[in-house]
Amino acid sequence: MDSESLLLSLELAAGTGQGLSPDRRTALLTSLLLVKRDYRYERVLFWGRILGIVADYYIAQGLGEDQLAPRKTLYSLNCMEWSLLPPATEEMAAQMAVVKGRFMGDPSHEYEHTEFQRTTAEGEKTFEDDVVVQVKEETRLVSVIDQIDKAVAIIPRGALFKTPFGPVHVNRTFEGLPLSEARKLSSYFHFREPVDLKNRTLLEKADLDPSLDFLDSLENDIPKGSWSIQMERGNSLVVLRSLLWPGLTFFHTPRTRNHGYIYVGTGEKNMDLPFML
Amino acid sequence: MGDPSEPPSGQYPNRRSFQASEQRHSLEASQPQAAVPEGAPQMLPAQQRGSQGIPSMRWSEGASLPEQEDWLMSQTFQATGTPIAHTEHPSFPLGFQTQAYLEDGRTLAGRTLAGEYTTNLMLQQLQQGQGGLLQQLEPAYQPAGASFLSQFDSYHRENQPFKLGTQHSFYPRDDPATPTFSLSEQGFLYYSPEVPEPPPRELAVQNAKAYLLQTSVGSDLSLYEHLVNLLTKILNQRPEDPLSILESMNRTTQWEWFHRKMDTLRDDPEMQSTYEMAEKQRGLFIQGGGDREQDMEEEVAETAVPNIMETAFHLEQAGVGLSVEESFRIYLALKQLVEQQPVHTCRFWGKILGLRRSYLVAEVEFREGEEEGEEEEGEELLEGGDTLEQPGGEEEGEEDEEKVADAVPKPQWKPPPVVPRESRAGTNKYLYFVCAEPGRPWTRLPPVTPAQIVCARKIRKFFTGHLDAPVVSYPPFPGNEANYLRAQIARISAATHISPLGFYQFSEEEGDEEDEGGAGRDSFEENADFEGIPVLELVDSLANWVHHTQHILPQGRCTWVNPLQKSDEEEELGEEEEKGDEGPDEVEQEIGPPLLTPLSEDAEIMNMSPWTTRVSCTLCPQYSVAVVRSNLWPGAYAFASGKKFENLYIGWGHKYSPDNFNPALPAPVQQEYASGPEITEMSDPTVEEEQALRAAQEQALAAAEDEEEDEEEEEGEDLDD
Repeated sequence: MDSESLLLSLELAAGTGQGLSPDRRTALLTSLLLVKRDYRYERVLFWGRILGIVADYYIAQGLGEDQLAPRKTLYSLNCMEWSLLPPATEEMAAQMAVVKGRFMGDPSHEYEHTEFQRTTAEGEKTFEDDVVVQVKEETRLVSVIDQIDKAVAIIPRGALFKTPFGPVHVNRTFEGLPLSEARKLSSYFHFREPVDLKNRTLLEKADLDPSLDFLDSLENDIPKGSWSIQMERGNSLVVLRSLLWPGLTFFHTPRTRNHGYIYVGTGEKNMDLPFML
Repeated sequence: MGDPSEPPSGQYPNRRSFQASEQRHSLEASQPQAAVPEGAPQMLPAQQRGSQGIPSMRWSEGASLPEQEDWLMSQTFQATGTPIAHTEHPSFPLGFQTQAYLEDGRTLAGRTLAGEYTTNLMLQQLQQGQGGLLQQLEPAYQPAGASFLSQFDSYHRENQPFKLGTQHSFYPRDDPATPTFSLSEQGFLYYSPEVPEPPPRELAVQNAKAYLLQTSVGSDLSLYEHLVNLLTKILNQRPEDPLSILESMNRTTQWEWFHRKMDTLRDDPEMQSTYEMAEKQRGLFIQGGGDREQDMEEEVAETAVPNIMETAFHLEQAGVGLSVEESFRIYLALKQLVEQQPVHTCRFWGKILGLRRSYLVAEVEFREGEEEGEEEEGEELLEGGDTLEQPGGEEEGEEDEEKVADAVPKPQWKPPPVVPRESRAGTNKYLYFVCAEPGRPWTRLPPVTPAQIVCARKIRKFFTGHLDAPVVSYPPFPGNEANYLRAQIARISAATHISPLGFYQFSEEEGDEEDEGGAGRDSFEENADFEGIPVLELVDSLANWVHHTQHILPQGRCTWVNPLQKSDEEEELGEEEEKGDEGPDEVEQEIGPPLLTPLSEDAEIMNMSPWTTRVSCTLCPQYSVAVVRSNLWPGAYAFASGKKFENLYIGWGHKYSPDNFNPALPAPVQQEYASGPEITEMSDPTVEEEQALRAAQEQALAAAEDEEEDEEEEEGEDLDD
């Protein structure tokens, strides 16, 4: 959610039950402003909160002019002092795949994981070595945030538009989705580089507007039904919750410009989703 | 110009004003009228100066121009002489624009007559005092015979080359002094042969403009009009960096043209459901009738509704809970519930999220004697079910007796005995009501049975939000979503309802302990002497918190019941079935941790404590609350501060498991019938055996015949003798 409209956004996203305490909110208002100044970001988003056993991580992201460019992620333990996280790589994702369980809350905590490595010596004997691989929690944090962003960060249709030169900008004339469109999954896009767009048929592409429909929509998400759309507050607020990463809430007031998403959760993917639907 | 004398200017204002009033936009009438007197005197001197920027004015004229105006436009084009080349006069569009935009805004049809616009154009322009149309017209028109301007200054000329097809009153009638203008019928282009050919440039401009004014078959909107709308919008709103949002504004302007605002009399169909919900919620705020004073006193005296706002405030310190407005609405909804049902105590239990809707859950305890009505109905239903089963069994028995030889072997599988559910104690100690949103009616949830709890432990399903939705799962859940919801609520309550140590204490009756066989006391009361535990201590040690709900045994109940004990109803059938009762006669009694066990005794999950404690605010520890979060049931929170504490659950309603969910495997295939001689298949005899058998039979026959023949011969011999 945009740090400019933090208070309103937090209130709108409160339907999931998790939010921020007043002291954290005030701290965020101040510190995000300073982050914006120091790092020269165009927009600073408050991404959310990852609950750990000992402490919680508060995550923020900074964006430049181009909204789809790789974002800088920062984390903090007390909403005041922010540290920059390294960008995510595929190695990190591979390493992280073996780690299970909750986040500890200590960035320097190391997860130990023993791997079996078989080395065949010349004499055709296989040695099995137990290699203890250590994964730092910071790496895990980076990787999880990246996965969540790629999987479930969403934006309503029309909020961003693509300029003819390439960069993607915020649409200042976005008036909000009409109520008839707000309940459809096709009105929401993934806030990441499009993956699926080329696979659309030509007929579908003919109906698209290249300046607005340049991202993947939520309709083709697998597994089907991994989003729950609800109207809250007496039908005046649309809330989308992800079932794949429980804790991600996207809210939007139809016919207004307010929209945003926040993740408050344990940072674990819900692998049981197919059984639960 | 011929004689830039009074008459034209004198006539002008009248003409203009009348023309304006003739138009539909009476609103604009004042403006031109105001403008006219000012404009007119300027006209003359303005005429002397050169003017530019006519084309920009032209372009920015608002509204569509029907053909009759086209004609006029073409006149003005002619009048302007060299329209295109002029690029100055930025002020032109301004005043004109505003007016045109206003026109556009006020008349949704947007059809205004260009005549007025052009005149207004000129007036505004003249107001700017930067030289106007007329100046430009002036030099250009000199050569031209019949020109727009010349009309003005020689309005009284008899030889009007143009027929008046329009309402435009530029063309004077008989008496120039008294402009009488009749609304003539729709005009048509009529070029008298006396009109000289316009210069090629103007002709080009005319053609270009006519092209832009085209409307397609599909829409009424011409490009000209659209550009006018767009530019007026941009000029009115004055956004920063308009070039970057040009495309978006373009799209929006088009959209606005085709999506007019609704009339004031009609409701917006899209917002219908929102308004309905708002109406329902309005009902929450309206208090019932009666004397105000009496109501206030009654309400202040005693109410079963708890202080939700206070709880919400404390939980907000912890960063948990719904927003303040939602909490207040929930409070009102609970108040409504309390008024409708005979409630003794009531509590907001929490919120369970679902796919399509969510559930707000209220935990309620009825007053004594109120609840039995519902329970009796429930029991009757159960008994009815049993009696139905009994005659079925008897019929089968009769049939069996008749056809013993060909009887279908009776299945020897007996369903495991049903564990009876607890009533008004243990898992069913409280009643639960749910509703989707504050303002909607509360629905009561049925009591939970042990079988449902046992099954709920094995499955993991999302709630859809509709109570009558089926729960499709394996093992098949005995019930629908309402039952599943109730079972999960029971599990969550049993696992996560905690209170600070000492808040509750056991009621002092020493004899009970022996009677119940040490199974645990299940009643407690509030400790009046509870002093409150300091926040820091609550956070540091989990031993300061205790469970105050009973643990649910694996059987599905809180107090253990031996399922094999025959109840009165089953004794009738018991005699026949006892022989077949091969189940284990001895079932171990299940024991769970007793009530008021501290949290430190809870089992760990993967080397992780099942509870996390926090101080709500590290910056002001002296005023903060202690918050405990469950790691086993994500979404369960408890806070304590001084003498107050509360539990809340907001989440999806599932337990946390570090391992992936493994669905239950299907039951092993039931054993087939024991093979015995009566159902064993015999092997068919081989060919040799059959032949041997036949040979033996033939021999036997032959032997029998021989004997008969011998006997007959003997008899025959006897007879013969």
